[in-house]
Amino acid sequence: MHFLEFEKSIAELEGKISELRHMSDADGMNIAEEVARLESKVDKDLKATYSKLSPWQKTQVARHPDRPHCLDYIGALVANFMPLAGDRNYSEDHAIIGGIGRFRGRSVMVIGQEKGRDTKTRLKHNFGMARPEGYRKARRLMELADRFGIPVLTFVDTAGAYPGIGAEERGQAEAIARSIETSLNLRVPLISVIIGEGGSGGAIALATGNIVLMLEHSIYSVISPEGCASILWRDGDQAKAAAEALKLTAQDLDRLSIIDAVVQEPIGGAHRNAQATYQNVGDTIEQHLKNLLEVEGGQLRAKRRDKFIAMGRLSDS
Amino acid sequence: MNWLTNFVRPKIKRLVQPREAPDNLWHKCQSCSEMVFHRELEKSFRVCPHCDHHMRLPVRQRLEILFDNKKWTEIELPSVAADPLKFKDKKKYSDRLKEAKSKTGSKDAIVVSHGTMGGINVVIAAFEFSFLGGSMGTAVGEGIVAAAELAILQEAPLIVIPSSGGARMQEGILSLMQMARTTVAVDRVREKGLPYIVLLTDPTTGGVTASFAMLGDIQVAEPGAIIGFAGARVIEQTIRETLPEGFQRAEYLLEHGMVDMVVHRSKLHESLVQLLGLLLHRDPAAPVLSLDSVGRKRRRRKKEDADRLLASPPDPSIPDESLFESEGDDGSDKS
Repeated sequence: MHFLEFEKSIAELEGKISELRHMSDADGMNIAEEVARLESKVDKDLKATYSKLSPWQKTQVARHPDRPHCLDYIGALVANFMPLAGDRNYSEDHAIIGGIGRFRGRSVMVIGQEKGRDTKTRLKHNFGMARPEGYRKARRLMELADRFGIPVLTFVDTAGAYPGIGAEERGQAEAIARSIETSLNLRVPLISVIIGEGGSGGAIALATGNIVLMLEHSIYSVISPEGCASILWRDGDQAKAAAEALKLTAQDLDRLSIIDAVVQEPIGGAHRNAQATYQNVGDTIEQHLKNLLEVEGGQLRAKRRDKFIAMGRLSDS
Repeated sequence: MNWLTNFVRPKIKRLVQPREAPDNLWHKCQSCSEMVFHRELEKSFRVCPHCDHHMRLPVRQRLEILFDNKKWTEIELPSVAADPLKFKDKKKYSDRLKEAKSKTGSKDAIVVSHGTMGGINVVIAAFEFSFLGGSMGTAVGEGIVAAAELAILQEAPLIVIPSSGGARMQEGILSLMQMARTTVAVDRVREKGLPYIVLLTDPTTGGVTASFAMLGDIQVAEPGAIIGFAGARVIEQTIRETLPEGFQRAEYLLEHGMVDMVVHRSKLHESLVQLLGLLLHRDPAAPVLSLDSVGRKRRRRKKEDADRLLASPPDPSIPDESLFESEGDDGSDKS
């Protein structure tokens, strides 16, 4: 288990617990009691810590290396998943996973950024930073889903679109713009879930859903706290202050009515109990999907567009 | 404020500070470092007569070159929450806004106007770069939405002229949402069968490029304009390589298929009028602005070049001469 900087006391407790467990055979009952006592203390500490995480701490949790990623959700929630590859123009982009499968018995198109888990897969998926091909693939798959009346689920988890020479030459900006355009025009339900990091344009390209969900400790922002700090504070070390100012937590975005609901995470974050997380996310998606499937396609499109064209409009005017 | 600050201070200031006026008469071109007399610069719409460098244009000078007879009507934009996140970095966002307002005389980084071009009714939404780097927050989003609605109402084509560093960080997620918002707005114009033209000017980057600015039916760019998604510095830091010559410039985008054309500022009005006339099956009613001598001469030279090429097929081992001359070399006859 990877511990974050603010989890030091918890790390110590858990260290003690595992030490005690090794000795338990030798010393019998007392140790089992001690372990139980420590475990309840860990639970209490986790609850206390995670109930009042600062925006910067949430940023770290959102980027936690053990946090469930797009492929994990697909593995847990989508049966018969068949990945579909390529943008039909230039190449396949492994930073964006896409394919069809069955979600609780129903055909769905799933699209999302995958960050990778270890060095090899991180490189393969380019750390979840997509190139234009990725967004063009997403667009192609959304159009495919639209043609066959298949609802679209997106799992958003990216630091941002990849900033590179080739990406620029092949029209990163255009690819993102078209992806936004296409997703806003779909006549099938589109549900977007921010599962970790929602980084700027690269995130919103897949996040203009009829319903946008955010996990409790995920973040969604116009720029990373580090990037914002280096531009506005001219000091990358001010990321903590930038994270506060940017209002990037799920709770902030819920308050600002940018998202539709916050999905609760297990105590201590999604990575501490991935199964419970999948269950929560799956249930929430199912409930919203049921409602959306009652709505006619043209209405779904119109409502989605009306929702996004009103964002930032002064409500009391 | 009292009579002292009102009346005495400016006089003292004038005595104490060195006079600035003489400096402003001459403008140094950032590209070729030549000094240009201010009147000449105004006459050429801030295109350097020496090197053809297109300097940034204040929004109203921009409108002057585009609308017929330099006449247009600006519309009042709906007001927005001034500082929705109560954002503060080293400075309060509300203070930055105030400063930008007093510096530019604009309410925000966008001006929405309507008038005629070649007799055709058009709506133009143009960015003011000097207002917080032309960044897109809710007010700019409101501007694009209003421009799109006006275009639909008037059944007029929409021209958007971005000049923007991207999203306005101080409005956080709300500025990101403007990407989706403006995309819907311009889509609605296009769905009505009305032309949506984007004129990309220096610079157009970030969230602005990745939304409405890359969705034009026709994409026009000004020479030398920086157009891209990620900033050059970010890319360099990420890939640890130096960037190719001319990277993210309008001409580079043209080569990579990202824009339809790169048009010299002196030809903008004419080109846009022609485009609109063709798209709308109309003969522009008003006389098209006459070709200036530069354009004609350049065209003649291009023809001569072509003739020469036909006479002697190119030898790939000899570098193309034209690569080394900038378009503006024949600009001497502008005087």
